[in-house]
Amino acid sequence: MEQQTAQPEMTVIGGVDEIVEEFQPKIEAMICTYCTYAAADLAGSQRLQYPPTVKIVKYPCTGRISVAHILKAFELGADAVLVGGCEVGTCHFIEGNLRATERVAYAKKLLEETGLGGDRLEMFYISASDSHGFVNAVNEMTDRAKKMGPNFLGQARG
Amino acid sequence: MIVATRKPFTEIKDLVSGHRKILIVGCGTCVSVCLAGGEIEVSILASQLRIALGLEGDDVQIDEAIVERQCNREFLVLLGKKKNMTDYDVIVSMACGAGVQLLGDVYDQKPVVPALNTVFIGIEEGPGIWAERCQSCGNCVLGETGDICPITMCPKGLLNGPCSGSRHGRCEVNPEIECAWVKIYDRLAARGDLERISKVLPPRKNSRRAHPAVATHEAYKRRFVKDEKIV
Repeated sequence: MEQQTAQPEMTVIGGVDEIVEEFQPKIEAMICTYCTYAAADLAGSQRLQYPPTVKIVKYPCTGRISVAHILKAFELGADAVLVGGCEVGTCHFIEGNLRATERVAYAKKLLEETGLGGDRLEMFYISASDSHGFVNAVNEMTDRAKKMGPNFLGQARG
Repeated sequence: MIVATRKPFTEIKDLVSGHRKILIVGCGTCVSVCLAGGEIEVSILASQLRIALGLEGDDVQIDEAIVERQCNREFLVLLGKKKNMTDYDVIVSMACGAGVQLLGDVYDQKPVVPALNTVFIGIEEGPGIWAERCQSCGNCVLGETGDICPITMCPKGLLNGPCSGSRHGRCEVNPEIECAWVKIYDRLAARGDLERISKVLPPRKNSRRAHPAVATHEAYKRRFVKDEKIV
């Protein structure tokens, strides 16, 4: 089946000759199936609007997310990564989200070392009923990515 | 096991800078367990280098490999069957110092650089924390000291203690450290084996620390010692 690619949003600045493609970041959301994925699902059911910049990767628990997975996403061109787990104390596996918190903090340091910037990565705690929390997280990371500019590794890969 | 920690990223980056084809080789034994040079750590370092060098506009190829034990020649020869080692400009070894050197011996035409600092022989105290327990002094006295190593656990390495710097079970060198000899005394007392502590241990045979040390198994001696004949 032929895949449809989203057309970049066009903004007219100054005149017809200066059509600039607005930078639409690519954001990877690594989220747990129990809380944040349910929140994302609920956001859809509630018809909440959020930027079409996010691609979701569902994990059984954020405790499964390795630092290597996060760095791989950036290596392959993600402009930002958000990790979404259960609220503290409500993880289905007791402390998976706390482990993810430690790993995200470490991955931020590693990203800082590479020069890409640790702010491109953030951990969010979003409960299953917190659809607005998910929307806010996507908006936050979209804003950050726009502020920090594109990850040029992604451009090299098209 | 041998415990190592990863070198600062900038140091590793400097070591590989200027090279275009890089192979990162991890080790599946000690440094894998201490989360310094296993499969995941190889992947993390490779990603970090690809991002950092990619952002600088360098067109680099970074490959990843893992061998069971970098301190065994057989596994390194196997690595050469999986990867064409002549393809690479530099090999980054994520093993202990022994592994780095053997990799360098086996593939001596290629520069082999270390990505880890080997720190000690130790145990896992908990997830993510390791502690030194052995200095491989070649003259184990644990049988006399209630299985607590005075060479390692006592900052002064005293064979007969405690010294007069022991204060309420703490060491004068660092009050955060428990006095190893008080711990030895307590353990021997609990085992009803206190007479051992009154035994004076002789001075260490420092000749056994001669470097580089070589250990030969009794059964294999004839292969390595000239005048040893089997028949």
